[in-house]
Amino acid sequence: MGHRGPFWLRHRGGHGGPLRRDPDDRLGGGVAAGVAAWKGFSVTTVRIVFVLVTLVSAGWGVPLYVLAWLFIPAVGAEANIFSKARNDSGGIRLAVGLASLLIFVLLVAGALNGGWFISWAWPQVFSIAGLALIWRNAPSQEQATLRHLLEPLGAATGDVAPSRRSAWRLVIAAVLMAAGLGWLFSAHASLALLRPLGGVLLVTAGIVLALGPWWLRIARDLALERQAKARAEERVDIASRVHDSVLQTLALIQRRADDPQKVVQLARLQERELRSWLFEGRDPDEDEAELTFAAGVRQIQQDVEATYGVPVEAVTVGDCELDENLSALIAAAREATVNAAKWSGASVISLFAEVEPGEASIVVRDRGKGFDPEAVPADRKGLAESVHGRMARRGGTATVTTAPGEGTKVTLKMPRSMTASRT
Amino acid sequence: MSAPRVVLVDDHGLFRSGVRAELGRQVEVVGEADDVQPAIDLIASVLPDVVLLDVHLPGGGGQAVVQAIKADHPEVRFLALSASDAPEDVIAVIRAGARGYVTKTISTAELADAVRRVAAGDAVFSHRLAGFVLDAFAGGPAADAKPSFDPELDQLTGREREVLRLIAQGYTYKEIARELYISVKTVESHVSSVLRKLQLSTRHQLTRWAAERRLT
Repeated sequence: MGHRGPFWLRHRGGHGGPLRRDPDDRLGGGVAAGVAAWKGFSVTTVRIVFVLVTLVSAGWGVPLYVLAWLFIPAVGAEANIFSKARNDSGGIRLAVGLASLLIFVLLVAGALNGGWFISWAWPQVFSIAGLALIWRNAPSQEQATLRHLLEPLGAATGDVAPSRRSAWRLVIAAVLMAAGLGWLFSAHASLALLRPLGGVLLVTAGIVLALGPWWLRIARDLALERQAKARAEERVDIASRVHDSVLQTLALIQRRADDPQKVVQLARLQERELRSWLFEGRDPDEDEAELTFAAGVRQIQQDVEATYGVPVEAVTVGDCELDENLSALIAAAREATVNAAKWSGASVISLFAEVEPGEASIVVRDRGKGFDPEAVPADRKGLAESVHGRMARRGGTATVTTAPGEGTKVTLKMPRSMTASRT
Repeated sequence: MSAPRVVLVDDHGLFRSGVRAELGRQVEVVGEADDVQPAIDLIASVLPDVVLLDVHLPGGGGQAVVQAIKADHPEVRFLALSASDAPEDVIAVIRAGARGYVTKTISTAELADAVRRVAAGDAVFSHRLAGFVLDAFAGGPAADAKPSFDPELDQLTGREREVLRLIAQGYTYKEIARELYISVKTVESHVSSVLRKLQLSTRHQLTRWAAERRLT
């Protein structure tokens, strides 16, 4: 990707289309996601800016957000909620009816009681009427969310047809809350310290009893949603792995069908990659963070197969951390394996590595044409310098057994310094 | 000796027909099965010399087949085949009673040879299996000595180790015999003795691998 810089400034380029809310990627109404997609900023950036604006402007961001939610259509919808509500005559009648009913109730309540309740309640009448309109015209998905949010209110008014149990729960909650409130108010008269505390406890218990199950359900839904998401992600991961590696390799194999050696090489490479991913949980693309002896041997196998197209059968017994001695051993083994791949003409090279408490050894063997050790010209330094020299400098030994037509076997042994074995 | 009679048990039809086509002339394929129960029924009725058994079958591991047949027909021999080289697969099926293990990437000639050897009562170890066994029996008994520890079963002799190392390096039995100045028969008896230890030992490594496949 060509976009550099911190993720919150990264500009992916807007989609250039009209501004649309994105209910699929939302925390609230999907406004931020819509703006982000429209202008091409990270959605997180938009959200942070919005929160900052809200804080600085003493809360004005919230009504602005609600207005935006009302006036910006969702993705895939032609009209916004506001214009739909304006044309919804049935809804308007319902809102007016609801408002008048509430006004009547409030008037009665005002006549009986008067004072603070009325002044606090009037704005609510209009809010509720407005909510009814919005409700009817919001897209079905957002209706579901709103219903979720308003569920306890519905239960309290009998709107959702509460079961017998939840009815009992609400009655007990109401009694507890009433008792608690009464206790609290009566505490004004006396100065006993414990009594208001008891009132607070009762009120809290009432609220928890009334709303607790609903909160629990929200939490559980969230957990379920998260699980489903994790499963989906895993599937996507597997699908992309299969696509990136297996399908690509199969395609390559089809195209190279006329070159058997290349096909074998591709198949081996893919097999090893898939195997290490499936059975060992290792991502072949990752660097081996902690390089061990066995990983070093695996690396030789991989590189030689990839470079020379000769299969390498590697067997490793035991494992331990690499130190300088063992790194030298691995380097010598690599040289010997490369030599075998280049010169022996063998169809397969076997690589056997073993870590024992006292020493580590690697045997590189092929059934190729072999050579006469006496006849190797002095300037061919591969075996002499890279293998013998490397081993000898660190106190190891290298033995080459070969004869023309007999194949070649290079046995490398290196004493181990005092480090713990991980067999 | 006449060609061994073989039953193929593998849930991949493609693999079965491939093996049948390749081995057709060297062994006599007398039946095929694609799952545990059909395999048990088939093997009990045709009583082949060797069963080529996939380690992974849909209705349970290959070891279920071995266990079901072993009790009544100990003369039927099993050679396990697998696409994976996970030690727990290999160890589980060997401990159930298979006489050998090879990977599916084996060449046809080698597979035919392995079938003949198993039919003759020998053990067949792939180079990878040899590596696992060396790994499992590595070190002294101190680390995981159990009350049932039996030095006879729980440790390899020096000679057995040497033979396994050479197998792991890709040597054939004949080459091993020449390398160690012993007869091929002796090599075979070393391998059979390793197989016995593999099946009977209670070494921690082996029981752990077996437990991972819920086999005790």
